[in-house]
Amino acid sequence: MTELSDNALTLDADAVYPNPRDAGESLDRRHFLAVAGASAALASAAGCSPRPASHGEIVPYVRDAEGLSPGAALTFATAMELNGAAIGLLATSREGRPTKLEGNPDHVGSLGSSDLFSQAAILGLYDPDRSKQILHRGAPASWTDARAALRAIVELERKRQGAGIRILSGRSTSPTLATLRRDLLDRFPQARWICCEPCGRDAAWEGSRQAFGEPVHAVHDFSKADVVLSLDCDFLACQPGSVRAQRDFADRRRVRTQGGVTPERMNRLYVVESMLSVAGANADHRLAVKPSTVEAFGRALAAELGIAGAAERGTLTEEALAWLAPLAADLKKQKGHSLVLVGDSHPPSLHALGHAMNHALGNVGATIRFTEWFESAVDGNAALRDLANELASSAVSLVLILDSNPIYTAPADIAFAEALSKVPHSVHLGLYRDETAAACQWHIPEKHFLESWGDVRGHDGTVVLQQPLIEPLYGGRSTIELLTALFEVEERSDREAVRQYWRGQHGDNESFDDWWRDSVQRGTIPDTALPEKKVHWAGWKEGAATPAEPQFEIQFLADPTLFDGRFANNAWLQELPKPVTKLTWDNAAIVSPATAAQLGLSQRPDHHGGHHGGIETDVVELRSNGRTVRAPVLILPGHADGAVTVHLGHGRTRAGSVGTGVGFDAYRLRTAAPGFTGVEIAKTGEWMTLACTQSHHSMEGRDPVQQTTAAEFARDPHFIKPELDKAAEKAAVTALPPVGSTTPPPAAQRERRLFPLSMYPEWSYTGRQWGMAIDLSTCTGCSACVVACQAENNIPVVGKDQVIRSREMHWIRIDRYAKDGRQLFQPVPCQQCENAPCEYVCPVGATVHSHDGLNDMTYNRCVGTRYCSNNCPYKVRRFNFLAFADFSTEALKPQRNPEVTVRSRGVMEKCTYCVQRIRGAEIASEVSGSAIADGAIQTACQQACPSQAIRFGDVNERGSVVQKWKSEPHNYSLLGELNTRPRTTYLAAIRNPNPAMPGGQHQTSHLSDLSPLGRGWFASAASKPGEGL
Amino acid sequence: MTQIFPRWFDPLARFAIVGGALLVPAAAIAIGIFYRSSYVTAAHAPTEQTVPFSHAHHVGQLGIDCRYCHTTVESAAFAGIPPTETCMHCHEQIWVGAETLAPVRESWKSGTPLRWQRVHSLPGFVYFNHSIHVAKGVGCAECHGRVDRMPLTWQEKPLTMAWCLECHRDPAEHLRPRGEVFNLAWARTDADSPGKELAERYRVKDSRALTSCSTCHR
Repeated sequence: MTELSDNALTLDADAVYPNPRDAGESLDRRHFLAVAGASAALASAAGCSPRPASHGEIVPYVRDAEGLSPGAALTFATAMELNGAAIGLLATSREGRPTKLEGNPDHVGSLGSSDLFSQAAILGLYDPDRSKQILHRGAPASWTDARAALRAIVELERKRQGAGIRILSGRSTSPTLATLRRDLLDRFPQARWICCEPCGRDAAWEGSRQAFGEPVHAVHDFSKADVVLSLDCDFLACQPGSVRAQRDFADRRRVRTQGGVTPERMNRLYVVESMLSVAGANADHRLAVKPSTVEAFGRALAAELGIAGAAERGTLTEEALAWLAPLAADLKKQKGHSLVLVGDSHPPSLHALGHAMNHALGNVGATIRFTEWFESAVDGNAALRDLANELASSAVSLVLILDSNPIYTAPADIAFAEALSKVPHSVHLGLYRDETAAACQWHIPEKHFLESWGDVRGHDGTVVLQQPLIEPLYGGRSTIELLTALFEVEERSDREAVRQYWRGQHGDNESFDDWWRDSVQRGTIPDTALPEKKVHWAGWKEGAATPAEPQFEIQFLADPTLFDGRFANNAWLQELPKPVTKLTWDNAAIVSPATAAQLGLSQRPDHHGGHHGGIETDVVELRSNGRTVRAPVLILPGHADGAVTVHLGHGRTRAGSVGTGVGFDAYRLRTAAPGFTGVEIAKTGEWMTLACTQSHHSMEGRDPVQQTTAAEFARDPHFIKPELDKAAEKAAVTALPPVGSTTPPPAAQRERRLFPLSMYPEWSYTGRQWGMAIDLSTCTGCSACVVACQAENNIPVVGKDQVIRSREMHWIRIDRYAKDGRQLFQPVPCQQCENAPCEYVCPVGATVHSHDGLNDMTYNRCVGTRYCSNNCPYKVRRFNFLAFADFSTEALKPQRNPEVTVRSRGVMEKCTYCVQRIRGAEIASEVSGSAIADGAIQTACQQACPSQAIRFGDVNERGSVVQKWKSEPHNYSLLGELNTRPRTTYLAAIRNPNPAMPGGQHQTSHLSDLSPLGRGWFASAASKPGEGL
Repeated sequence: MTQIFPRWFDPLARFAIVGGALLVPAAAIAIGIFYRSSYVTAAHAPTEQTVPFSHAHHVGQLGIDCRYCHTTVESAAFAGIPPTETCMHCHEQIWVGAETLAPVRESWKSGTPLRWQRVHSLPGFVYFNHSIHVAKGVGCAECHGRVDRMPLTWQEKPLTMAWCLECHRDPAEHLRPRGEVFNLAWARTDADSPGKELAERYRVKDSRALTSCSTCHR
């Protein structure tokens, strides 16, 4: 993208300033001027014709398409599956092309919200790098040939009962696919099918098997949980059901003085973890320990809770030991209303212990419900190793690899690539010509889930139906279709297969069609949530604890935005600042400041060549079990000492034009033993620049976040605005230090002004006036809103180099603040100031106020002076320094929202509360004569938000939710002292620390001294090079 | 010191002072007129079409309602261009062999859509919506002129922003009773309610709302 833009610049420059060498060899000054003048005149004559360009064509349908009116959006229900759970979605479709995905309010796993993966999936559909052609040994082949060739092999295998057939796929919850699998294995009893995920939930599966004698799936109910303890489980992101978990968890944290949660009813979250996760960042108490210590802590806590088993206190620090008694007391106090969660990167023994604790605390049946494990099959790395051995032994004649990329993701100690090369016939079905496609003889393009029929289960087992939104863009087949084509007599479409399965389930043939149509329309199949399973509690059998690693431990986690690497070619996800680290376009070896100091590692702001938003950081060599990987370091306060965290999913060699070569490949260190292992870290002396947005768009430490504790809030809800009288305020204002003074005024004098300082009479805002409130208590920083905004508003990506120059274009950013291990997230979109500083500096009136209180941005009027951005105290305006929007790739154009202008180079842009949605709803309401109900217009960020922390509406409407939020005593304006009167306001973050816990007493109510992490980081890193912090 | 300018330069300088004062505004006005002229806006220039469809015949002579073909004009932003199917409703029975209708029959037979040259084109950053204008009593003829008298369709109005704002600043004079929206021949008589009353009755927004940038630009 960057290169393209640079080319565009060069080309333009050539046109305006002709190259003198073109004018011949003997070029004197006079001749040059003549040529330059003539060509400039020609260029301007050609470029500035006043006549309109051709108006273009209108191509109507031949026959009217039913229910479709050109330009109007239709909505269809579908679903996306990731990591063993599906989320129900509603897809917006315009003239047959899907443009936006939202959560399906009728699906229990979504309730209308979504996550960053489902928001970004729409870009994946249109990805021009998707595989388009069936390949045989790299040469194009037809489907007929491919099918005939592969069926011939299958026929040969039929005699051997399929002894030479192996299938490797990711895990799926699809009942139809499970049936196909069963049928296939019935007919080919000697064949084997392995379902293996690189970032799957094997440990949870095995842990529940250890605890109950059979694998069971746990459904957690956070709405009933007063106390939650997470043992390194990031239940607010990346976990099955995390969207619903966020909603239920947030519902217990929406503290209000009127209605809502009272401070006493607020839930409490304890997190013990190594890497700072989204859950950890939202914890009321967080303990950072090495990965192996999590289990030791769990055992010690279990002992404290009275569960028989040896407690290993030896490895615990003083701080951890101090946690045990008060934590156990708090959990015991809330018996039946607590939850203990265990992360998937931890061994099964810890999961079993988690079950033991939940059992002892009476949570089973209260906050936890067990069901059958509904993934069709769960195979771990052992099965993958067996498969590799079989492949290598030439016992296998045909291997099918379905929607899975083992060459890239297989553990480093399994020589999968070598084994695969020994198989006579290998077939890969996938969206991309990825690493595995290159290693297989056949590659068959896969259909995207938005092009396929399917049925997948949500986190509680409820079946959600996938329906195609568009004909397959690049042809391709779904897993179901490939399997029927190869193994069944008749090739069946995925639609037929799914319908046939459900016809059988429904039973009644007569009513099936109506029932099916209803189900497809609604998106979910009712009453398919799996019934509660009575588990037999076998008692906690103590096993060997994971031994602590000697020096440093390395933990492997799924990437917060790329997951296991499957989204590596999605530019939105690459450029999305990762929720906690704010890193883009890279992964890093994440260490704590103390560990960095111990190893002599450091990072510093990168300040050269126009780069002012990057981090220059040490490159280290990570050595583990005889394998090495080089990685840049990211020093993250809050990370456990003595450990390093790496995210998987980067360093792809064949991801596509976006994802190839981004970051380093952590899979090369990861062995079949999951989770974490010992590592050596060696400084290489090399440096590398990371594009980390933590320090971007800083509000320079001017008290942007307000926070308090639940107890403090109960005592003094009006803690933000002390009751000042006019005289006192005047005195305070006069006492402010003169302009230009470098000493900041004392905190008391920086209180929000009660009386606007204006020479003009008060403007009366009548009629509908839009406003927004954002609840900082419930914002988890998950970043779904950022991607949702990007999809809705045609926001371009800019690439790593431009991010380093602080030129990322996201209209809503999530600022992260940290102090004493506590984290706060603050989403900052345009504040829509009533006294907007940007408006009166625009020389061309391109940004002015609308009648309903929006700070309109008129792109076609903007000439790009950037005065507005300079004058914006919130730093929410984004400038197209280059032609960031891709105007040339045809494949990407259908994704764009036609209701929003695609901005070109030299134009300022920013959030306008999704004005296209507002105007659309207004027109619809005026045409139909019906009123706009409160909440009917949702901004894209609000709609996506899993914790519903954002509320938008008419601030003049009596009883509107946004008005209620804004009338809360802890509502405040960001930088309100500047008298900008923003329409977006914030509800102060309220946390619920336990006074009995270490540090619980000292959590100050005012974090006025909070400063953006980046500043603190860099200032000290620069002053003390070599010490890391 | 030698003189830089010769003596004969004086009258030239005097002329430049007076003439410049006249010429500069004159040039500005000329440019303004030029850019609003139909040469630039392409108003009144009939557009060649594959099928020489005549609104004058179908609307003026036969009296077919606008909405018979432009079906979504009351409900969507886009008024709608009829599918071939709509043409064939009649032309399966009348003028079945007409030479000029050959592309229509071909389209119907082969399933390939007709390609019409666009007559009214707004820039991509203008979000015009037909339904709201119709609902507020803005007649078709207000912007499209007497389409019922156009043998080949042309653009009647300049479609410049200044022209849009003329109405958005003071819509009253451009409103008609809702029942007359599709009546191209309608002209206000004394018996009709004045525009101000209609604006009130149809709750047309005030000029502040109608001239907000985001009303049309997003």
